Amino acid sequence: MTLINLANPSRFLALSARAMPWLTAATVCAFIMGGVQAYLSPDDYQQGATVKIMFIHVPAAWLGLFAWVLMSLAALGTLVWRHPLADVAARAAAPIGAAFTLICLLTGSLWGRPMWGTYWVWDARLTSVLVLFLLYLGVIALWRTIEDPTRGARAAAVFTLVGAINIPIIKFSVDWWNTLHQPASVLRLGGPTIHVSILAPLLTMVVAFTLLFLTLHIAAMRNEILRRRLRTMLIMQADAAGA
Amino acid sequence: MAFGPYAIFIVGAYGAAAAIVAGLIAWIVLDRRHLIRLINELEAKGITRRSERAYEKNP
Repeated sequence: MTLINLANPSRFLALSARAMPWLTAATVCAFIMGGVQAYLSPDDYQQGATVKIMFIHVPAAWLGLFAWVLMSLAALGTLVWRHPLADVAARAAAPIGAAFTLICLLTGSLWGRPMWGTYWVWDARLTSVLVLFLLYLGVIALWRTIEDPTRGARAAAVFTLVGAINIPIIKFSVDWWNTLHQPASVLRLGGPTIHVSILAPLLTMVVAFTLLFLTLHIAAMRNEILRRRLRTMLIMQADAAGA
Repeated sequence: MAFGPYAIFIVGAYGAAAAIVAGLIAWIVLDRRHLIRLINELEAKGITRRSERAYEKNP
């Protein structure tokens, strides 16, 4: 099977239809495992039971970033290679990325209140993640504003690549500026600083959230392909009515 | 379940995350149903895409 065959939307629909039940089952299993591990994990010696918020906050934050990185790669696919599924992938990822970024912001806020004494502070990490959420809303609005799909795809691709500047800013904001948000404690050169009893459920939840993202993304891509088919059919109907 | 004085924040965080994910799943499922219904209506009127007909002949 060549890459061109895989790029065919009909081929993608057929392959993804076979993968979806397996992905869904794997997602449910991973969430059950992660949920049990998270429930049984000990409280943190300083943060008490609030550390359990980390099991959803951190995976949501990573996926908020991951979705934009995915969209940026898809944007290159749209602008450079004009891959038929690139804009489909980007467009499907945007609302899911926005949802995970919103989860990150809300859970972070609910974690911050008991630990920092405030729901929100305008520090570099929190502000840059809020900017990411606004960028998601912006790119979704851009797609909806431009009616011509090809022009819309190009405009959104450029917007996405410009917005990608925010990704390293989010990642390194805790190193570049003094922030109330703690520095990196999992992905760091010296290795994780979290005890294994809390790190293990966190990593299981990361796997579960990533599987959830993949499942939702493929389902949303399938919808996006159907939406384009519907648009083509509506144009054909209008042409037939006008002829 | 003993989360102590932080229970409201922990339950609130998990509840918010579950509500957002449930909304996302509902949106994708309802969107798919809506699209399939519209496509089926058009196909019933005899409107089909050329590329689809070609793919069905030679997938």
